[in-house]
Amino acid sequence: MPNTTLVLLIALLPLAAFILLGLWGKKLFSQSAGVIATVLILAATMLAWYTAYKYFFVYGNTAGIYQKIPLFSYSWLSFSPGMSIDMGIVLDPISAMMLVVVPFISLMVHVYSLAYLKGEERGAVYYAYLGLFTFAMLGLVLSANIFQLYFFWELVGVSSFLLIGFYYQKPSAVAAAKKAFIVTRFADLGFLIGILVLSSSANSFDFATIIQQLGNPQQAAAQSATAASFMGISALSWGVALVFMGGAGKSAMLPLHIWLPDAMEGPTPVSALIHAATMVVAGVFLVARLFLVFSMSPAVLQLVAYTGAGSAVFAAIIACTQTDIKRVLAYSTMSQIGFMMFALGISGKEGDAALGYTASMFHLFTHAMFKALLFLAAGSIIHFVHSNHMSNMGNLRKYMPVTHGVFLIACLAIAGIPPFAGFFSKEAILLAAFEQNKIIFYTALFTSGLTAFYMFRLYFKIFWGTTQSDYHSHGEGGAAMLLPLLLLGVASCAAGFIPFGNYVTLNGAVLPLHLHIGFSVAPVLLALAGIAVAAWLYKKANSRPAKLAAFMGSFYKWAAHKFYVDELYNYVTQKIIFNLIAKPAAWIDKNVVDGLVNFSGNSTVLASEKIKGWQSGKVQQYATYFLVGIVVLAVVFIYLRK
Amino acid sequence: MNLLLLILIPLVTALAIWLVRTPQQVRLVAFAGAAVQFALSFGLLGAYRLARAGGNSQVFIFQQQYQWFPSWGISFHVGVDGIAVAMIILTAFIVMAGVLVSWTVTKMTKEFYLLLILLSLGAYGFFISLDLFVLFFFLEVAVIPKYLLIGIWGSGKKEYAAGKLALMLMLGSALVLVGMLGMYFGSGADKTFNLVALSGQAIPATVQQICFPLLFAGFGIFTALFPFHTWVPDGHSSAPTAGSMFLAGISMKLGGYGCLRVAVYLLPAGAKAYGDVVIVLAAIAILYGAFATMLQRDLKYMNAYSSISHCGFVLLGIGMLTQTALTGAVMQMVSHGVMTALFFAVIGMLYQRTHTRQINEMGGLMRVMPFITTVLFFTGLCSLGLPGLSGFVAEMTIFTGSWQNPGSFYRAAVIVSCMSIVVTAVYILRAIGKVAMGPLPKQFELLTDAAWYEKAAAVLLLAGILAIGLAPGWLNSLVSPATELIMQKINATSAGIK
Repeated sequence: MPNTTLVLLIALLPLAAFILLGLWGKKLFSQSAGVIATVLILAATMLAWYTAYKYFFVYGNTAGIYQKIPLFSYSWLSFSPGMSIDMGIVLDPISAMMLVVVPFISLMVHVYSLAYLKGEERGAVYYAYLGLFTFAMLGLVLSANIFQLYFFWELVGVSSFLLIGFYYQKPSAVAAAKKAFIVTRFADLGFLIGILVLSSSANSFDFATIIQQLGNPQQAAAQSATAASFMGISALSWGVALVFMGGAGKSAMLPLHIWLPDAMEGPTPVSALIHAATMVVAGVFLVARLFLVFSMSPAVLQLVAYTGAGSAVFAAIIACTQTDIKRVLAYSTMSQIGFMMFALGISGKEGDAALGYTASMFHLFTHAMFKALLFLAAGSIIHFVHSNHMSNMGNLRKYMPVTHGVFLIACLAIAGIPPFAGFFSKEAILLAAFEQNKIIFYTALFTSGLTAFYMFRLYFKIFWGTTQSDYHSHGEGGAAMLLPLLLLGVASCAAGFIPFGNYVTLNGAVLPLHLHIGFSVAPVLLALAGIAVAAWLYKKANSRPAKLAAFMGSFYKWAAHKFYVDELYNYVTQKIIFNLIAKPAAWIDKNVVDGLVNFSGNSTVLASEKIKGWQSGKVQQYATYFLVGIVVLAVVFIYLRK
Repeated sequence: MNLLLLILIPLVTALAIWLVRTPQQVRLVAFAGAAVQFALSFGLLGAYRLARAGGNSQVFIFQQQYQWFPSWGISFHVGVDGIAVAMIILTAFIVMAGVLVSWTVTKMTKEFYLLLILLSLGAYGFFISLDLFVLFFFLEVAVIPKYLLIGIWGSGKKEYAAGKLALMLMLGSALVLVGMLGMYFGSGADKTFNLVALSGQAIPATVQQICFPLLFAGFGIFTALFPFHTWVPDGHSSAPTAGSMFLAGISMKLGGYGCLRVAVYLLPAGAKAYGDVVIVLAAIAILYGAFATMLQRDLKYMNAYSSISHCGFVLLGIGMLTQTALTGAVMQMVSHGVMTALFFAVIGMLYQRTHTRQINEMGGLMRVMPFITTVLFFTGLCSLGLPGLSGFVAEMTIFTGSWQNPGSFYRAAVIVSCMSIVVTAVYILRAIGKVAMGPLPKQFELLTDAAWYEKAAAVLLLAGILAIGLAPGWLNSLVSPATELIMQKINATSAGIK
């Protein structure tokens, strides 16, 4: 049986880094902050890998089925019988898989940052934030309770905010940080209401209970929750759709993706960790966690599938037109997460139909490796040329041979060329799509080709072509920068050979992933074609790209402007919400509500001004009032008598 | 434990302040008094827990009763339940912090501290009263010093704000008084102002339906019930820092506590009849308050408007009439009290240094004031309901409790209220992004970070926020038995009333 203390320590060590460096980092550890944080994360990684190893190979599997093992539960806040937030840890295939990914990528980023942020005076703050993020992300994947997951979900959001805004004196970084937080917060509104809906149907916040109550058509709770309720849609569908809204926000799915490209304002290692490998896949993880409940609502699964596929192709098209290297990578992240998302959306529950689930998790795993590699390599490149723009790069293979090598590996991996990691996971996704939904399959196939094209566009523009300036720079960075690149390069080559279906499946049983050579021909040829086109256009400077852009005309312009989604958002938030709701609210408050208060105050004063003369203290005047009063009363009484 | 100590210590402190000479002595005496009271409030918590653990199942414990006007059924009757204990701890925190942040007040120091302590006396007395007349008496004690605090030590349109605040709160008091008299005369054979006695009587439904709106609106004015909330922005913004902290942290809670303890507890049938109205008004206050906050340019106005929104959650929780929601309402009172006091304290620190409260005139202060801006971050994040801080706990308890009510009306109210978490994020991040982040204007380059007394105050309140946010169990287990008793009473009277 697993050792609870060790598993708790995995999450608590990064928290310790946060507290230690957050409170005393500046005073005591301004020089050693990076080393302290790295050592703590290294310890956490070793514990996490040890735990994952033990889970997959020692105690996790009982009679051929990987079990969900609840490790620990602490009643944190109890609302009413059944409804309580129990902070717990659950080990199952997907959380154990995330234990392999999250601390490892975090460790790579820590090591890389030792060199990348050398001389940064706020280094301690940086590592403190990284510790907070790693803690929150680990808490998120280990959560046994949906409210607990929401707790950590918000914490990763705020650590992302802090890290995007790390260069806080740059207005663009502040704006990007705010945007990321607010857009995901909007999505979390849905998530929160979804939690309320699902938990009140299941009378629990506990994942195990929710899945047991709602994920099984035989249960009474599931039956009543799937009966149509509000606007003809069942409570369960509302619940999972709203939860998915939260997931779509965090995972930058259409139309909530607008924060991700801007989030590239953060330090590049942060982008590698948070905005490529770990946090942005939290939405995929969430859907996977609740998959059995999602699968009770085929309509919502379709929504998941089409949102994912739409985001995949949409982002891939935009990526072809961007000139900022980090933004290309950001859109490619969005596109790849789209693959993971639609793979879940088309997945079934039983037997081979559940291939999509395994494929999605497989792709999550391999993507974390090669995308982190791409970002860290991009960091080295940016470090070298002091610019994010491709136009300032060229012929870098002469200057950065190691970076060139690993970048090429990562590009081949993401393009889906065998035998690199992305090939295996993407093939599994395409196969699942082919069997379940042809529209999505062809969309994904097209996107794969585009992916190869835009990645190699990036590759050729950076590493081939002509030297753009005399890079009188400092080589490729020290060992601290190269080591993570090399390790991730190895992972990007090797991760695909993991027999993933043996370990991570929906029901815990083995689901062998077969490689169908015949099926693989088309995607691989398409990817090669994409690479060839990219080479033809960008390997040497020529006028073809400009001609192509001109040929595409306004479509190119729309794509380059990211289809004006940002502008649409600005219009809605500024013109509609701000001008039509917030401004009138403030105006009404000041003029109508408060106006009434002031009016009643002023009219009281005015009235008393008017009547204060009546109490003049003059006896004659009182006598007159008295007489008039008597006369009036007399008249009234006489009149009434009649 | 003798509850009279809670009134006696502020009284002695006030006397001592009056007797000593120099401002430094005044400060030290006030600090000592607040510290003793602070320790005492924790002593009360411990004693309360012991008594409960020892099997004391009375609704109110540590009761003491002295005859005052026996012919009118008025007695000096005190006692506490879990809700009152929570409010007393909140008050002790804020008084302590308020004394600390006012360390540099030079204008009429003695009178200033005297009024602060007097105000706290009113609050403590209010929270332990079990006689409506005594309760009303302490409510008034807590109003008058505010008028002077704003009128003398305030800034901006202080006379207008002080007058408006005093008049509107007096209107609230008047409504409360009428409601109380209505209960007194309508309650049946034994005419009494005693809360415990009244809670045992079956007050006729018609009386309840007349008195409930009076009492609820009366207390509601204190806690910024829409549309009687307009004293809040002007009052808070014109008050001196400690005044704003007391106003938002303590005074607004008198209202919420009164709504719960008097209006809902004594008039459950009235509460049932008017619950939906309360919910509508609360939902309006929450969302509309949040939108109005977005437009504010002055930090104090921003926090004052956001208080309207946050106190709306208290009223929402009360209106929902489920046990969890009521517990959430009390938690929100405590959470908002600590949080908003800290927010005003931070704004005061910023204002003292930059001499502006306009958000747009500040910028990049993180570089010169790491401590103050870090506290600002924590407070802001608490305000927008970040997990690990108190706001999250309280709001989630209210949401979960409110969702227990079936029916589209209640669900719609919850969803509307939930929307505020997005709007709150917008205005909080806008303020933080401008004040703490961005480029630092030249004229602020030489500013200094917090002094020891400011740090002490901030750390104290921050500890409160974290204590609730990280380990809410202690507050929940303190409050929920008390709300359970209220719910029992409400459920018992459900028969016969629509």
